[in-house]
Amino acid sequence: MTAATDAQQRAYIAGQAADARVNVELETEGMTLNIGPQHPATHGTLRIIVRLDGERVVAAEPVMGYMHRGYEKLAEVRTYPQVTTLINRIDWLGSFANEVPFILAAERLMEVEAPPRAKWIRTALFELSRIANVVLFLGDMGVQLGAVTPVFFAFRDREFVLNQIEAVTGGRFHPNFDRIGGLKDDLPKGWIEETKGVLDRIRTFCDEMEVLVAGNEIFEARTRNIGVIPADVGLAYGMSGANIRASGVDWDLRRDSDMGLAHGDLDWKVWTHPDGDSFARYWVRLQEVRESCTMVEQCLDGIPSGPVMAKVPRIIKVPAGEAYVETENPLGIMGYYIVSKGELVPYRVKIRSASFNNVSITPWLLEGVYVPDVISILASLYFILGDIDR
Amino acid sequence: MNTLTLAVELAYWQQTTLRAVIGLVAVLLPAGTLVYLFLFKMMSFMQSRLGPMEAGPYGSLQLLAEVGKFLQKEDIVPAKADRVVFKAAPFVVLVSTFLLVLVIPGGPDLVFIDVDTGIFLALAVSSISVIGILMAGWASASKYSLLGALRATGQLIAYELPLVLAVMGVVIQAGTLNMQGIVMAQAQGEIFGFGGIGSPFILTQFLGFAIFLIAVQAELTQPPFDMPVAESELVTGYLTEYSGMRFLMFFIGEFATAGIFAALASTLFLGGWYIPGLDPTDNLFNVIGPMVLMGKIILVSFLIFWFRFTYPRFREDQLQTLAWKVLIPLSLINIVVTGVLKVVF
Repeated sequence: MTAATDAQQRAYIAGQAADARVNVELETEGMTLNIGPQHPATHGTLRIIVRLDGERVVAAEPVMGYMHRGYEKLAEVRTYPQVTTLINRIDWLGSFANEVPFILAAERLMEVEAPPRAKWIRTALFELSRIANVVLFLGDMGVQLGAVTPVFFAFRDREFVLNQIEAVTGGRFHPNFDRIGGLKDDLPKGWIEETKGVLDRIRTFCDEMEVLVAGNEIFEARTRNIGVIPADVGLAYGMSGANIRASGVDWDLRRDSDMGLAHGDLDWKVWTHPDGDSFARYWVRLQEVRESCTMVEQCLDGIPSGPVMAKVPRIIKVPAGEAYVETENPLGIMGYYIVSKGELVPYRVKIRSASFNNVSITPWLLEGVYVPDVISILASLYFILGDIDR
Repeated sequence: MNTLTLAVELAYWQQTTLRAVIGLVAVLLPAGTLVYLFLFKMMSFMQSRLGPMEAGPYGSLQLLAEVGKFLQKEDIVPAKADRVVFKAAPFVVLVSTFLLVLVIPGGPDLVFIDVDTGIFLALAVSSISVIGILMAGWASASKYSLLGALRATGQLIAYELPLVLAVMGVVIQAGTLNMQGIVMAQAQGEIFGFGGIGSPFILTQFLGFAIFLIAVQAELTQPPFDMPVAESELVTGYLTEYSGMRFLMFFIGEFATAGIFAALASTLFLGGWYIPGLDPTDNLFNVIGPMVLMGKIILVSFLIFWFRFTYPRFREDQLQTLAWKVLIPLSLINIVVTGVLKVVF
């Protein structure tokens, strides 16, 4: 069902309820279906309780917390350099991007700034982790709709990106590479040329997906006008990232705020789509991967020379104060609010992760759709369970 | 053309045993071939991986390993399941598969029962599997199974119609419902006086062939029509609660039916066991006929599985729309045109 506005949606449901009251004899009991926590479509352990009338969803409620690991509390008993090990595991597909906002917040408190070379390498790795993350979505969306082949292509080509990340950081999924004041190491020899080859592969992959998935008639029939999020509703629910850009909101922190990375020096474009449906979300992410390729390429060409580490004390004590830094991560806006009392460990860390807000729209969005569309809409919202539950 | 006449005289029990063995081979051999060739290998190559490689050369013994694995597994029946119905359901599905093989000829004399209404019988028994699926879904006491079974029922009923109507064109052209008669009509037919390749009905009934294949795809509940077993939403639909041997029976049923529908399609549209250039009454066809048919089965199955591994799935309502608003009108048009042309020529 396409709902243009909140009011229309409510009027429709009221009408349905009125019909049901009139046709008392035809009214059946309905069925409560637990989608999850163990279910093939939830990428982890999200549970969605849906109330069904036939195959139509009357009400849907997401239940979160099956994967809660208490990172905010754990961070309070770890020194600042140790925290990055934890937060790698929040959005596990684009791990490096998790470290960046935390390190930036700590740097802001300590009033140090990473040298330019570190900033540029950070930007390259930040965008590479976005590619590693979103490429999997581009294939996975096919699986959720029943086409098993694209995801194998996604895993195949993502492997090359992970190899490049591993070559720099030593970790495929959990790089733990970002340091307060810079980076752990410089780039290895020959990495820049290799990475350019990988970017070509990813571009080819994007072209393949455009034909194989986005260009498929059945895919279009399953996603066009399905799960439409109007811009105002999406903003009201705190959505961010590609989800809100697919609703026509031209808002990207990489361009709109100074994140402390090198995005301002690069030549790139923010993609939006006016429709706000599942197809738009797929399309916007597809374009963003291409745009990330361009960004990484420019980074590789323009990395300035110099040190990769600023002068920071060997034992890091962050001065007392508060800082909040948010960045445009693969899944949306991710922010860290750090309160420091001038000790070795942070006093309080609050993590604002994108998926939590992106999923909170589901009760509104899933009302009145069919069961198959529940899956396609959830897939198109693209959440990572670790990013919801932290 | 008699029913499985043999050169040597055999006692009744010997004949019965022979028929049972040949029946099993006719069902299991295509099923195994399709699983290995397409599900294991072709799918893997399409997805840039190798598929099974360890069991035997190129993983050719993987099937045995799989069957062995399923045989060892515990046969779990859910606590709240309707035990009798739950256990009987896979047999009902398999019965439909075995009945289908009865009427498909593998050579001039190689057919189990040579009834005059062969294709009619085949299409009738093919829908028995719906009952088995409905039994499985209902008896599993699982909501996913129930949803899957209901989807399967709606879908199979909807696609039964285009399936039958697509065959109608062939029947009109051949002038008989007998499967042997249909093969003979293609073997002895002529295209504008040229009889070199016979007259395979795919040339005149290409629309019927396309509709038949689409309907078969839906009957087999394969992508893009795999709503009943949609693994990303209904886990595996009516199969969810099955394990071990009973799951294996459903699995064999699925692929054996795919093979048999491919055999039906090749008999109806591609000339069955006949290859052009030879005399269709030649006794030679009793030997090479099954192999020719097998080759055509693999050809048609290639199409079926190609779609299976490529397309995403329809939604339930889109699937019904396709059946009722596109396929059925098209097949009716096909029948009308075939009828008119039959009268004209």
